[in-house]
Amino acid sequence: MLAVSVLALALGACGDSASTSGSPSSGTITVFAAASLTEAFTTIGRQFEQAHPGTAVRFSFGPSSGLAEQIDQGAPADVFASADGDPMERVRLAGHVNRADGFASNTLEIAVPRGNPAHVSSLADLASPDVKVALCQPQVPCGALAARVLSRAGQVVHPVTLDTDVKAVLAAVSLGEVDAGIVYTTDVRAAGTAVEGVPLPSGTNASTVYPIAALSDAPHRAGANAFVQYVLSPAGRSVLLAAGFGPP
Amino acid sequence: MPAVIGAAFLLLPLVGLLARAPWSALPDLLTDAGVVQALRLSLVSATAATAVALVLGVPLAWVLARVHLRGITVLRALITLPLVLPPVVGGVALLMAFGRRGLLGRYLEQWTGYSLPFTTTAVVLAETFVAMPFLVVTVEGAFRSADRDLDEAASTLGASRMTVFRRVTLPLVGPSVLAGAVLCWARALGEFGATITFAGNFPGRTQTMPLAVYLALQSNPDAALALSLVLLLVSVVVLAALRTRWWGAGAAS
Repeated sequence: MLAVSVLALALGACGDSASTSGSPSSGTITVFAAASLTEAFTTIGRQFEQAHPGTAVRFSFGPSSGLAEQIDQGAPADVFASADGDPMERVRLAGHVNRADGFASNTLEIAVPRGNPAHVSSLADLASPDVKVALCQPQVPCGALAARVLSRAGQVVHPVTLDTDVKAVLAAVSLGEVDAGIVYTTDVRAAGTAVEGVPLPSGTNASTVYPIAALSDAPHRAGANAFVQYVLSPAGRSVLLAAGFGPP
Repeated sequence: MPAVIGAAFLLLPLVGLLARAPWSALPDLLTDAGVVQALRLSLVSATAATAVALVLGVPLAWVLARVHLRGITVLRALITLPLVLPPVVGGVALLMAFGRRGLLGRYLEQWTGYSLPFTTTAVVLAETFVAMPFLVVTVEGAFRSADRDLDEAASTLGASRMTVFRRVTLPLVGPSVLAGAVLCWARALGEFGATITFAGNFPGRTQTMPLAVYLALQSNPDAALALSLVLLLVSVVVLAALRTRWWGAGAAS
């Protein structure tokens, strides 16, 4: 632990000297990002590191609201990317962010285990007592969005579990412990062959816009700005589109 | 000096918890229906887990202490593994055994249509898995050190094996069984990793206090602090009960 902080100090010192020239040429950039960004941001991070030799990008993926709380508690993050506006707004009100930019959008889909054992074909099927459903808990963006979609569809679902983030829902589905879960469209794609997606009709589906911001108290300010710019650039956007995200 | 630092390190977080506690809002936060629900579920499931651990764990401890067979040391090592195993790994392991596609769980669902994960029973199982070894280890030590001459004397005088166990052995190890049960209960009450992995999170059904604390911290830190205070209070009560017992045992011997 001590060795890590010494290393961080050394890297931080390099970062400072670099920041005077306005280049993120070295140091470690710490990015707190919504769980649904895991695959896309991991790819973007790798590309960013190649474009900026000497720079390392470290991610902490989790539920956006939990990450916002960690930032509030002083977690040393440089960049925050949230799955909807609320956690970002909370961080902004606490004075950690000056401006945030929308960089992607996402919609929901029903995820079912391979082979769709419970024969789920619509939101109405999720309301059946014989179908075990996992949802995100309502405090996190995917849960809030799922609640909105279900109320739009006029369906009352009794989930067996309310997971902490969307990847936990996906895990329950891919293990076959539940018959269905409501996740982001991008998660179904990221999960590969373990799960299948059941699209929602566009009339009931809802979308969320992902904001990203460099934190005003970022330990590595120059790197934070460079990473945000990269995500917003055509290179970053093409990775997000390939992962199934929509434009903001 | 290191002793002072050590003590301060252990105490300061508790002071922090007390200092930051939202005392004025506490009555409202603690009478919230969700909190009461989580507390009741925690108490019920930890007590059920302790009961299961007593029924299965005391005989197991006796076998480990008294039966001399090849392989018993290996068995002991494997049984105590959950003591050191990260609980979340225990949760994954439970899914692989009792989940809908697990070794046993698959047949359970085929034959009865019942699946364990995401039920209160799953909470009790997760807690038992993690906490029972504490009881087994404590009680096994007591069986080991209990004077076997007394058992043999009772047998010689014509007592059946069951009577010997009930009237002689059990009273000898009684204090340790109680201490083991309290340790087991406290460990079950605090269980988080195996529970959230195997039983999921649903208020009133599987959301125990530790889960409620963790989840509340993400949206309502004051509620998380209030819940933490409750668990702190329960822990202090348990510790006090345990100490009284130990003092009592000390005075008796």
